[in-house]
Amino acid sequence: MWLRLEPRPERSRVMVYLTPLVAAGLTAVAGLILFAALGHDPGHALYVFFVAPLTSSFGLSELFVKATPLVLCALGLAVGFRGNVWNIGAEGQLILGAIFAGGLALWAGDADLPWLLPAMVGAGMLGGMAWAAIPALLRTRFNANEILVSLMLTYVAGLLLGYLVHGPWRDPGGFNFPESALFGDSALLPALVEGTRLHVGALFALAAVGAVWVLLMHSFIGFQVKVIGMAPRAGGYAGFSQARVVWLGLLSGGALAGLAGMVEVSGPIGQLHPQISPGYGFTAIIVAFLGRLHPLGILLAGLFMALTYLGGDTLQIELGLPRAVTGVFQGLILFFLLASDVLIHYRLRLGPVRVPTAPPGSRPQAQPAQSGE
Amino acid sequence: MDGSVRDPVDAPPRLELRGICKSFPGVLVNDRVDLTVRAGEIHALLGENGAGKSTLMKIVHGVLAADSGTILWQGAPVRIASPADARRLGIGMVFQHFALFESLTVAENVALGLEERVPMDALAARIRAVSDGYGLAVAPERHIHELSVGERQRVEIVRCLLGDPHLVILDEPTSVLTPREALALFDVLRRLQAEGRSILYISHKLDEIRALCDRASVLRGGRLVATVDPRQETARSLARMMIGTEPPDLTARADTGADAAAPMLEVEALDLDRDDPHGTDLRDVSLTVRPGEVLGIAGVAGNGQNALMRALSGERLLARPGAIRIGGVPAAHLGPRARRDLGLAVVPEERLGQGAVPELTLAENALLSAYRHGGLVRGGLVHRGQTHGFASRVIHAFNVIARGSAAEARSLSGGNLQKFIIGREILQKPRVLVAAHPTWGVDAGSAAAIHQALVDLRDQGAAILVISQDLDELYTIADRIAVIAAGRLSESRPTHAATAEDIGLMMGGLFEGAAPEPAGGTPHVA
Repeated sequence: MWLRLEPRPERSRVMVYLTPLVAAGLTAVAGLILFAALGHDPGHALYVFFVAPLTSSFGLSELFVKATPLVLCALGLAVGFRGNVWNIGAEGQLILGAIFAGGLALWAGDADLPWLLPAMVGAGMLGGMAWAAIPALLRTRFNANEILVSLMLTYVAGLLLGYLVHGPWRDPGGFNFPESALFGDSALLPALVEGTRLHVGALFALAAVGAVWVLLMHSFIGFQVKVIGMAPRAGGYAGFSQARVVWLGLLSGGALAGLAGMVEVSGPIGQLHPQISPGYGFTAIIVAFLGRLHPLGILLAGLFMALTYLGGDTLQIELGLPRAVTGVFQGLILFFLLASDVLIHYRLRLGPVRVPTAPPGSRPQAQPAQSGE
Repeated sequence: MDGSVRDPVDAPPRLELRGICKSFPGVLVNDRVDLTVRAGEIHALLGENGAGKSTLMKIVHGVLAADSGTILWQGAPVRIASPADARRLGIGMVFQHFALFESLTVAENVALGLEERVPMDALAARIRAVSDGYGLAVAPERHIHELSVGERQRVEIVRCLLGDPHLVILDEPTSVLTPREALALFDVLRRLQAEGRSILYISHKLDEIRALCDRASVLRGGRLVATVDPRQETARSLARMMIGTEPPDLTARADTGADAAAPMLEVEALDLDRDDPHGTDLRDVSLTVRPGEVLGIAGVAGNGQNALMRALSGERLLARPGAIRIGGVPAAHLGPRARRDLGLAVVPEERLGQGAVPELTLAENALLSAYRHGGLVRGGLVHRGQTHGFASRVIHAFNVIARGSAAEARSLSGGNLQKFIIGREILQKPRVLVAAHPTWGVDAGSAAAIHQALVDLRDQGAAILVISQDLDELYTIADRIAVIAAGRLSESRPTHAATAEDIGLMMGGLFEGAAPEPAGGTPHVA
């Protein structure tokens, strides 16, 4: 008897929701093996990684703090990904959002301005959108690949931030450290729970979940994004504009990543320095796929991925493992997710090997023979 | 090849299937099918899409294994576990969709299908021998991309005959051929028959089966309904066996006085350069469709139909607005959305991926083109109840067999999906309908329903343009017929005054205003 894959007549809706859990389970198993190979008690290490961070109220509040930028970035990316617009540069858009919002905060200094926070929200989103507009323009105007352009712009954004905090925006009283002055009180997001770092940015993320949910699941433009993503020729036939979907996808991604950048510098960080993001913009790509490009799924996946950041920290402290553990786990989860997605279209069967054939429901339809005009 | 494969007079049948059953998850595709193919007969296998013909043939060809039942070859039970087994027994198959590499030569393509290694020269000689012997003109050194569809099919047949098969299975072989090419194919098949080879011939075309085949087996819903002598049957009686009910009669043509009415769709001296290297340039294409008439455009695929469709639907825009007028309004510069507002509806060439998105539900696919229709989209939001309601009305009015408006488009059979797409366009009450290949690959029952729907729409006063390769279809529904060849369109003539011979000649590019030389060589067909 062999294990074999048998095509399903229709996509399995159960598996669409189940495979993220399967992937999480397989990641845990791989983690057990990994820890055992490193000479640690695997059960304990896994507990330290996945459970210990959740046992204190401080840990829980940190979970939401870390999940906020992940969820924001992933929501924006999901809009583009659904339309086959591959924005890989959320990290750079996040940095630009931080620069725009932070610049405003530094300009205001210690002045007490009631409109400062809303203005910083707007500036952050604008910064992210400006950065995302570059790949959108190059893609729609010159058909340049948005994956490469958005990715490379991330490094430009990092260097721009580095230049600002090493140069013009360096805190004069900061002992030459490459960081800006601390923001004034009116430029800081109020805390949600006193004594923790949890701030109102988490509410922005929840509001964004609702907004993107309406956009993707109920709006007509969201429907157009889906059609262009699944079957561009059908989109052309229906009269949906590909360019519009590219702009929408990249600008949504830029706006929400920029908001995430604003939330970070105005919330837990409170100033600009070169390491404002531990790769939230890249991890958000995993969050978007783990959450099935669905706003609610992204919320759950964002919390889970935030846990890998916290777990990495506690492992570092308790077991002396390197920080790279976080990256390894994030990679494992994406790997297992992509691998187990095969179960959506196929089912596992025990049985003799046979030539796999398509069931009647999924066989290619007869089409008129035609030239490639 | 040894020429003749005659069996002794009292030999057992060449192929006998007994009680073949095959199910896929959730569907019984073949239900206790018995089938006997005698030596040296041309045996037709008839049935609607989804009747189980392809599955049965895949079992015979070793691509699929039956769940139960017996296959007897020359009277002895056999197990056919792979196409290689089938080939060794002497069963060859010519598929509907060619499996040829465009950048390779004929001989190289044939070599890829062989199990043993044969020197290219020897193989070329064998190909030449077979092609000369059967009148299948195929030059082994030519590249596939230079060949027409008919020539490509000949390559597939030669490839099959090199294995010296005693049974040849052909799946809808004439669906891609011009009438003249089809006649040439029939000559080849009769020659094979005269050598004692058996032929299993899958087709929808009832007239063809009656002209060519000795016996016909009819499948319906996975079961064998009857095995008859097609020459003793009429096309109607065969259709009835296939569908299970009387095929609907198209209503008599009402005299609408169409000549007097103002044109609803006009194309005037349309020139359009190809936008990809394999395309066809359109040159000086003009046509007029009036309310209450159907204009049919015949032609072999790849002669500019695709370019014309894209220009008409608005997927490709033109600089000169007056080149296309809808209801008198210049529209060539308008996109699909604005043209729909002028009353245009379009049934595109491809069902999956263009006319419908396979992974989306029927309700979502209804929205795809009907979003300008009352109430489906309100304030930028999709009204879920309205879209499901509209999709349900299409399903109901056009007898679409589906699990309801929440079924995925790809779960429908080709005929049912096409009925859904056409119904979706018609229920939007268009003033002009442009349809490409409306019944291509569609079962006879659905085809009849689609034709009736088009004729009904015409009788309600819509102007209809049908582009089709199927001459029978155009003769059935069109009031006037024009022919497209090498990117040029002939004058139209009334259907009753257009003989099949005339149309056939025009398809070959013989009409006034046709390109002197077929532009860009032989039309390339994928």
